[in-house]
Amino acid sequence: MFSYIVKRILAAIATVLLVMTITFFLMNAIPGSPFLTEKSTPQQIELANEKYGLNEPYIIQLKNYVVNYFKGDLGVSLKMQEGADVGTIIFGQNKFLISIKLGLLSLLTSIILGIPLGCYAAYHRGSWIDGLLRVITTVGVAVPTFVLAAVLLIVFAVKLGWLPTLSGSLDNPLAYIMPVISLAFYDICYIAKLTRTSMLDAINQDYIRTAKAKGVKNKWIVLKHALRNSLIPVVTFLGPLTAGIITGSFVVETTFSIPGLGKYFVESVLNRDYPIIMATTVLLASLVIFMNLVVDIVYKFIDPRITYTSKEA
Amino acid sequence: MEERKKLLQIRDLKKHFAIKRGFRNKTFVKAVDGVSLDIYKGETLGLVGESGCGKTTLGRTAIRLYEPTGGQIIYDDKTIYDGEKKIKEPMLPYRRKMQIIFQDPSASLDPRMTVGEIVGEALDIHKLYQGKNERMGRIKSLLDAVGLNTEHSNRFPHEFSGGQQQRIGIARALAVEPEFIVCDEPISALDVSIQSQVVNMLEDLQAELGLTYLFIAHDISVVRHISNRIGVMYLGNLVELAKSTELYKNPIHPYTKTLMSAVPIPDPEKTRARERLILEGDIPSPMNPPKGCKFHTRCPYATARCKEEIPQFKEYGKEHFAACHMLETYGA
Repeated sequence: MFSYIVKRILAAIATVLLVMTITFFLMNAIPGSPFLTEKSTPQQIELANEKYGLNEPYIIQLKNYVVNYFKGDLGVSLKMQEGADVGTIIFGQNKFLISIKLGLLSLLTSIILGIPLGCYAAYHRGSWIDGLLRVITTVGVAVPTFVLAAVLLIVFAVKLGWLPTLSGSLDNPLAYIMPVISLAFYDICYIAKLTRTSMLDAINQDYIRTAKAKGVKNKWIVLKHALRNSLIPVVTFLGPLTAGIITGSFVVETTFSIPGLGKYFVESVLNRDYPIIMATTVLLASLVIFMNLVVDIVYKFIDPRITYTSKEA
Repeated sequence: MEERKKLLQIRDLKKHFAIKRGFRNKTFVKAVDGVSLDIYKGETLGLVGESGCGKTTLGRTAIRLYEPTGGQIIYDDKTIYDGEKKIKEPMLPYRRKMQIIFQDPSASLDPRMTVGEIVGEALDIHKLYQGKNERMGRIKSLLDAVGLNTEHSNRFPHEFSGGQQQRIGIARALAVEPEFIVCDEPISALDVSIQSQVVNMLEDLQAELGLTYLFIAHDISVVRHISNRIGVMYLGNLVELAKSTELYKNPIHPYTKTLMSAVPIPDPEKTRARERLILEGDIPSPMNPPKGCKFHTRCPYATARCKEEIPQFKEYGKEHFAACHMLETYGA
């Protein structure tokens, strides 16, 4: 197990390097320059390129990124906040923390609500609650985040006035409710659907009947035998879900004016702010890779048949 | 012959499954439709019949793995289910006494649990040990009893062969020291060479522990080998019940006769000389079974009476029961 984790971490570093290389060449492949505006003269652009080292050969530029990243230096912003340190832009003013907090809250909400709802629907298959849940989850998977966010804002903040509109400071815990619902709703529905399907499969298995014959209580049959055997598809979904929740927060953060990191993912590309593109991409890639590692380790716990040794059976 | 004690009595037991057809439209599959049966302590009662005749459902309903639709179940002189009087005893104490071995050994073992956990879970539920050492000792002796290596308790079911998996299933059933075991086609999923091993083991265990079996199978030769008495089922009903030698030599119900004539004999001379009875048509749908005697659609001797009236299950010879109008009219 230990050597497996070490291997995975080494592979993760290689993957991040690969992501950096690909991102670097892709962003340079787009014609134009961060300094190109209607007013700028060729001399100004030349000067700026010189200043930020954009005249160097690509391979040297890439090397500089990699070396500086290992030193913990993310470079300076070229355009969005010219001259400001990228590390400060991303991690300053709690931006990263706010996004992560929002993301983790949504992730927890979707797991805590999605799995029990799916179990309930599976156990009461064909009941009116199952039917209602099926309609809600289908709608939930189909409705885009921005529609849901807008509807929530209009109903609960504007018309009813129950929840605050401007979430600027996020000091008020109530301010989290709408963003978290908007962000998590799709995932709640998707997890509930996944859980229902795999739970239905599990509860019709023979070993559930065996457990009943042993005299296991219903509650334990669900928790110990059925749920454990139906969690694999759900856990698999959690890896990409985490990444989706962090990046997906752009729309939600914009709608609810939350000062998070989300907007930098998109605006840095539009602005050709190379160092910010690199930093956000590497951050996201690391997050995805880390979550996939967590998922693989969790697999081991819920399905002991999975072994990570290369030994041939 | 010594005094025989009735261990399990089943009276007019019914199990109907509801099937939804369209909106608010339910039909019922009458998998078991009024079966009465006594099982004596220490005996093996074989149960045979075609696929879909309800023998598995009967086995599972008898120990209330399926909740019956109607009838009575009396275990050791105590009523544990009565459809009319609405008696539904809590099953937990009876799960210790009545166990079941399932047909598909690989599917009936939780793939996420080790063999030790599978066997140990039954011990945990019924609190059959004091301290961890005794628990481990019990698990090991159970594995030993079914001929498995005691070091296998940390392995997972998929690491075993079909025969070994069935042994795990048997060890699991034996863990609670039951008196009565439903063997639901315990060998039909196994390789022929393994079948006899498992059957012999079941017989040895019976002799050693004084077990009572309800042995369900579709292979009459195996059932004859292991059973004291044999019941024949057709479309949710018992059509004939007799001692196994008697049933073999002298089947009286037309359905049993055709079943017996289909058993292969390992002698080509005899096979050629034998009169082979072949049934017309297919087994009717249990959703909409024929009126009267359910067998009349395929019975070569069916009369007008058979189409209208349900035949009584009566004794025609010594401990030889059958349900057929023809026997009533002409005798066995």
